[in-house]
Amino acid sequence: MAAKMKVIEGSMAVAEAVKACRPAVVSAYPITPQTHIVEDISQMIADGEMQNCEYVRTESEFGAASMIQGAEAAGARSFSATSSQGAVLMYEVLFSIAGMRLPCVIAMANRSVSSPLSIWNDHQDAISARDNGWIQLWAEDSQEAADMIIQAYRIGEDHRVLLPVMVNLDGFIITHTYEPVELYDQKMVDEFLPPYSPVYALDPKNPVTMGSLAQPEVYTEARYMIHQAQLKAKEVIEEVALEFKKKFGRYGGGLIDAYRMEDAEVALIAMGSIIGTMKDAVDEMRAEGMPVGVVKVRSYRPFPAEALRAALKDVKCACVIDRDISMGMEGALFTDLKAALYGKSKADILGFIAGMGGRDITIDDFKGMARKGFARIRGEKVTDMEWCKLDTDILPEGS
Amino acid sequence: MAAKEKLTIGLVAKPGGTLGYKTGGWRTFRAVIDHEKCIGCKRCADSCPDGAPYECAHDGKKKKFCVDYDYCKGCGICAFECPVDAIEMMKEEK
Repeated sequence: MAAKMKVIEGSMAVAEAVKACRPAVVSAYPITPQTHIVEDISQMIADGEMQNCEYVRTESEFGAASMIQGAEAAGARSFSATSSQGAVLMYEVLFSIAGMRLPCVIAMANRSVSSPLSIWNDHQDAISARDNGWIQLWAEDSQEAADMIIQAYRIGEDHRVLLPVMVNLDGFIITHTYEPVELYDQKMVDEFLPPYSPVYALDPKNPVTMGSLAQPEVYTEARYMIHQAQLKAKEVIEEVALEFKKKFGRYGGGLIDAYRMEDAEVALIAMGSIIGTMKDAVDEMRAEGMPVGVVKVRSYRPFPAEALRAALKDVKCACVIDRDISMGMEGALFTDLKAALYGKSKADILGFIAGMGGRDITIDDFKGMARKGFARIRGEKVTDMEWCKLDTDILPEGS
Repeated sequence: MAAKEKLTIGLVAKPGGTLGYKTGGWRTFRAVIDHEKCIGCKRCADSCPDGAPYECAHDGKKKKFCVDYDYCKGCGICAFECPVDAIEMMKEEK
C-alpha cells in the first residue's frame, strides 16, 4: 500500500512518526518551538488514535526527562520533546539516562540558549549536550526528521547500542514549516520496528538495582562501555538507514551524506536545515564552473570521523558552518572535523559561525564562504575562523 | 585469585547491593539512643537517610530503637527529629 503524501507542519510530521512507533509513555512540558510536537501527540491520544499510550504532563523538563527514564527502566518505549532552556533543565537526567543505557528518544527542536533571551533557532542547546552519551542525529527537513524518529528507536534499542537518541530538528525552520511529507503505513512501521525488548527491566518479581553507586574500581569501565556503544552505533546507524531505504524508499544519508562532491575542491560542511540552502548555493556555483559540494553531517555523536575523512579525501579546502560556539574556542563541528582530519588529510579547514539566534543565512552567504575556500586554495590571506555577517557597527568601542 | 565479577550493561545490579557499602567509618558523631526516654515512635528510622535505626529491645510491651553503626554516618537528623530528645550525638573517640 502506498503511503500518503500530505502537506503538514514539521511538528505534526514528527508526531505522526512517534504515533507509528507505538510508544507506551509520552511525557510533555511545553517550550517554544517544540510545543506543537507534544500538542499534536496529545490530540492524537485524546482522539483515540494512540491506544495503550500514557501521556504524562509534568511539572518541568526535569520531570519530563525523569518520566521517560523511569518508563524505559520499566521496559516501556517512551518519547519526549524539548528545546533550549528546557533541554538545559534536562541535562542532569540526560546524563543519567545514557549512563543507565536506556534507549529513550527525544526530539530536540533546536533553539538558542539564554542569555540574551532568544526563542529563535540555532544549535547551541544540543551542542552543549554533546558529551552526555546520547546519540545525536540531525535532520535536514520535515520528512527526514520524521523518518529519523523511526530510525532512532531502531538504533537506540539495538542490543549492540542501547543508548538514548536525540533527533535534532531546527526550531521554526522545520517545526513550524508546512511541507509535503509522506506519512506512514502502520503495518510497514511495525515490520521495520519490532516491540522494544529490554535486556534489563524493573520488575517486582525479579528486582534489580539501576543507576547505583560505582566505586573507582568500575566507574572507568562503565564509561568505556558507553563510549564503545557509541562507536558501535556508527555501523548500526548506517545499517538502519539502508534498511529504511529498502523498506520506505527514502534515504537522507547514513552517518553523513554528500551532494555534488564529485571532483569538488571546496566542500561546505554543516548540520540541519541549512543543508538545503547550501545545496542551492552549490548548484549556482557549479553552473559557474566552480568545483564545490556539500557534506551533511547526519550523526554528530557518534562522530563520523572515518566517513568524513573518506568524503573529504580529495578536497582542498573544507568550510565548516557552525550555528553554535564553544566559547573561548570555536564552532564545535569545526573543532571536531579538524581533530578527525589531523595528520590524515591535506585539506585546509575554515570555520564560520553563522545563523545564531535565528539570523538568516542566505545562498549568497554560502557562496561567499565557498569563495573564501577557493581564495585559501589560491594562497590568498583568509582568516581561519570568521563570524559570518558580524555587525561591527553596533559593537561598543573596544570590542 | 578469585574470578572477577563481570559488569552488566548500565551496571544493573542485584537489589540491596548498597548493604555492602559500610559507611559507618565516615562518622565523627555517633547517635546514641537513650532507651529510658525512647517512646518507639520510629521517627528516627523514617528520617534517617541510611536506614541505620532499627527496632530492638522488645520486652513484650514497649518497642525501642537501636542504631546500626555499620551505616550511621553521624549526620544528626535523627537527634533533631526525635520528639522526646532521646538521641544524643556523642563525639566518636578514635
